[in-house]
Order: sequence, then structure tokens, then C-alpha cells
Amino acid sequence: MNTEAIVIMIIAMLIVWGGLIVSIVALRARPERATYPPGGEDDHREDDAIIEHDT
Amino acid sequence: MSAPSPQGTHPPREQFTGQVGFILSAIGSAVGLGNIWRFPGVAYENGGGAFLVPYLIALLTAGIPILFLDYAIGHRFRGGAPQAFRRIKGWLESLGWFQVMICVLIAVYYAAVVAWAGSFFVHSFGLDWGDDAAAFFIGDYLQVADVGGADPWFTFDFVAAVLIPLALVWIAVIAVLAAGVVKGVQRANVVFIPLLLVAFGILVVRALFLDGAADGLDVLFTPDWSALGDADVWVAAYGQIFFSLSVAFGIMITYASYRKRKSNMTGPGLVVAFSNSGFELFAGLGVFSALGFLAQQQGVTVADLDFQGVMLAFVTFPTIVSQMPAGAIFGALFFGSLVMAGFTSLVSILQVVAAALQEKFAISRRRAAIGMGVVLGVVSVLGFSTTSGLILLDTVDAFVNNIGIVASAVFMCVFVIWVYRMGPELRYHMSSVSTTPLGRWWYVCVGAIVPVMLVVMLVQYVITRVNEPYGEYDTTYLLYAGWGAVVLLFLGAILFTLPRWRGPRAFSAWPTYPPVEDPALTKESSR
Repeated sequence: MNTEAIVIMIIAMLIVWGGLIVSIVALRARPERATYPPGGEDDHREDDAIIEHDT
Repeated sequence: MSAPSPQGTHPPREQFTGQVGFILSAIGSAVGLGNIWRFPGVAYENGGGAFLVPYLIALLTAGIPILFLDYAIGHRFRGGAPQAFRRIKGWLESLGWFQVMICVLIAVYYAAVVAWAGSFFVHSFGLDWGDDAAAFFIGDYLQVADVGGADPWFTFDFVAAVLIPLALVWIAVIAVLAAGVVKGVQRANVVFIPLLLVAFGILVVRALFLDGAADGLDVLFTPDWSALGDADVWVAAYGQIFFSLSVAFGIMITYASYRKRKSNMTGPGLVVAFSNSGFELFAGLGVFSALGFLAQQQGVTVADLDFQGVMLAFVTFPTIVSQMPAGAIFGALFFGSLVMAGFTSLVSILQVVAAALQEKFAISRRRAAIGMGVVLGVVSVLGFSTTSGLILLDTVDAFVNNIGIVASAVFMCVFVIWVYRMGPELRYHMSSVSTTPLGRWWYVCVGAIVPVMLVVMLVQYVITRVNEPYGEYDTTYLLYAGWGAVVLLFLGAILFTLPRWRGPRAFSAWPTYPPVEDPALTKESSR
């Protein structure tokens, strides 16, 4: 391979795969927000049967 | 303990179990056949190493912003495409159905390619294509009707070798969809995506050590800087990013709607976008190493080989495999990877259709999945397991992608951002739930850069298609199969919007916009 092609290949790998690694590390460090606006309760999941009380 | 569902008697919305399930499913959707057989060829044709400059700029200014637009719409308005758009503005439901129709047309032929890959996975073990892979694929396997001159453009001569795997693909995909978001979609992706990475990883590493691999990589990465001054190269870069990320035709809207309300959206979005490009680059290394090897064996240059699309996968690659030591294993790894990449994308495409039917007509998930699967499966078999299937596939693919999806994205930007001014609300939504807030730059991307680039692409493509028939096919045939497919998108959008909405109507978006007084949050989101 010529030098120019090798340099381009390495830069591409650094940016694309580097970007992937940085985005994964950042997400692992802070997966979710600590605070949210008020409200926003979810429905129950369809595959989690809703507990029904009959008493 | 059980709070009443806001949707009354309707079952509550399904949810991915967490971040990893969602990310793997979104990657499974984005990483498809295009990453393996489209990116390397497009890069090579458009300036080699220099192509990476417009490619990365396109990723940052179009790919990621449009991905976030899809996520914001789906996550805030909690529905498949028609339901989500309907909650923005009633008549925009039709834009949702336009996207569903795109998915319908893509699914019927995409399933056929997955079926071919499945067949070739089996053929790999005996290297059944022998010395002439082209003759085997076109003649022996697909039995393509000779369409020159007066021969039929459309036949119902079924090819059993295609029909049987195609039927199996439909049965498998219906089973996945009927099992639901968690037990079907998420489970399939959690299994297949890591497996795809391992199988494809072995293949790429092996390809890098073949004789002539360095020559192939030389061809791929040697930059032609003059290409940067060519507008077509920039359009190609935006096109590649756009098609490969699976944005603007409902998939990411649908998947995002299955995340719980309090979920980080931008962080996982970046992981998905970079994974998609990361896989493409990885595929580029493998494909061009293998092409370099074949060129050396045959004493030709890489440019003389078929380096893109169906022919790369089903003709060039089998030829390479035949000449590699222990080729059968690598053939199986290659076609196994194609099956997994294609199947997970097919699941996501059909989830868009099933979710839309389920929500509009208030039917159960199983009924929607099975009903849709049977109808589309039959259409798919009728159209694509015959001796004229390849030509129909090629035509529908070109028109639906280059006109349908691009138009869909332009409509989204025009109506959602310009006409109904949803930009600030959607940006506020993303910033309120995500760890990384969206800045004002996002408006510039989805309001200006993306629509301008896409309108240029669309106009250029339509002019080209009017002036020169696609693939030198018969013009009457193209009128029905190509332009007919585009008309079908609009027709379906209108017809599906007309019936009454039977699903639950009550809905309130969260978080409330304009925001309730919370100084800390307001400060962060306006950054």
C-alpha cells in the first residue's frame, strides 16, 4: 500500500471506530439522566402481566 | 399497585427491556445488506480515500440529525409512523402511511435477497457454483428469463429453489413479529448482532491476510482529492449515509416508540450511528482485500470486477471463495453474515407495517403480524420467486429508494420542521430525556442542510430517470414496475388514511411543552 492510502485508512479508523468507542464509553459513564421533568409515568409492559387485586 | 392504563381497556404499549436491547435492535436495523455491498463500492467510485471527507461530514450534518428527528417523533408521540405523525397534525397520518408503504415495497423484495443468501449459505458447503459463479447465479439458481427483445418481462414461472427459502424467511419473520417487541424483535437482535460481528469479523481478518489484499486496500483508500470539487461525490456521500442508517421511513420512529418515556435518546443514537459507519468501514476492509486477492488471481484490476450490489455478493464473492483455501467455511461465514444482517433489517422494516396496522385498526399484535405477513408473503412469492424476479427487484429497489425514501425525508423536514414548526418542541423533548442535550445546530441540519441536499438528489435522480430508462430496461415495463411503485406509495398513503382511526385517541405528550417552570432544566435545554 502507498503511504497516502495507509495514512487515510488509519485516520478513517481513528475517527469512525474512535467515535464509536467514545460514544460507548460516554454512555456507560452516564447511561441515564438523574432528573427528569415532572410526570412521565409509563404504562405497564404488555409482556409483564398487570397484577390484578381481587380483594 | 397496578395504576390504570391511560389507554383504558387497550393493552399498554410494549417496551424494550432496556438500553442494550434497544441499541442492538437499532443496530440490527441500520446494519443491513447496504453496509456490506454498497458502501465499499460507492467509496471506491467517488474518490477512494477522499470520499471519507464528505462521508463523515454527511454523517454529522445529515445522518445523526435525521436519526434524532426520527427518534424524537417516535419517542415523544409514542406510536408507529401513522400514529406518531397523526399526533403532530391529523392529516400528517398520511405521511406515516407513505412511510409504511415504503416498508411494504422494500420488505417484499428484501425478503427475496435474504432467501438467496440463505440458499447460497447451503451451496457454500459444496462450493456448488463451480468455476462460473455468474452462470450459476443467473442461470442455474435464479433461472432468469431472457428479457431481451420480445421475451416476457413478467412471468409466473416459479423457481422452487427460490420459492422454498423465501417462504421459510416469511415464516421466520412472522414468528419473530408475532412474539412481540421483547420476546421477538429484541431477542432476535440480541442473538444475531453479536453473532454477525463474530462471523463477519473472522471473515474480514482472514481476507486481510490473502495475497493481494494490500493492493485492494490501496485501491479503496488512495485518495483522489479532485473528487472533493465534484458535486456528485457529495450527493453520493449524503445518499450513502442516508440509505445505510435506515432513517426517514418509519423504522426508527417505530423502534423509538417502544422505549420507556424516561429514556436516554441521544447517547444511544450516537452509538447506533457510529456502529453503522464502523461496520461499513470494516466491511470495506474485508470486501476490498478480497477483491484485491481475486484481481491478483485472475490477473486483472479491481475495476474490472463487479464490486457492488447483488453481483458482488452472489457472483464475485463466490468466485473469491472458490479460490481461497478452505473456501467453503468462508463462503458459509459470508452468506451466514448476509442472512443475519438482512434478517434483522427485514424484521425492523416489517415491524413498521405491523405496528401501524395494530394501532390504526386496534387489532392484536399477533393478528397484525400474521395478517400482514401472510398477505405480503404471498405478494413476495408471486413477484420475486419467478424467473423474472431479479429484474423486478432491481427496478423496485431503485425507484423506491431513490425517489420514495428521499421524498419521505423531504416531506418530514418540510412539514414537521417548516410548516408545523415542531423543531423547538422536539429538541426540547430530546434534551429533557437525554444525557447530551441537542444544540441549535440541529435546526440548521434538519431545517436546511438535509432538505437542500435531498432535494438536489431527488431532482437529479428524477431528471436522469426521465431521460434515460433505468438499467436499459423496456420503457413500458419501467412505467408500470418503477413509476408504478412510486404511484403505489402515494395511493397507499391516501387509502390507508381514509378509514376511521379505531385505536385509542387520548394522548398527552410528555414532557409538557412549553415547559413548566423549572429554571435548571430550561437553562440546560436552551444551551
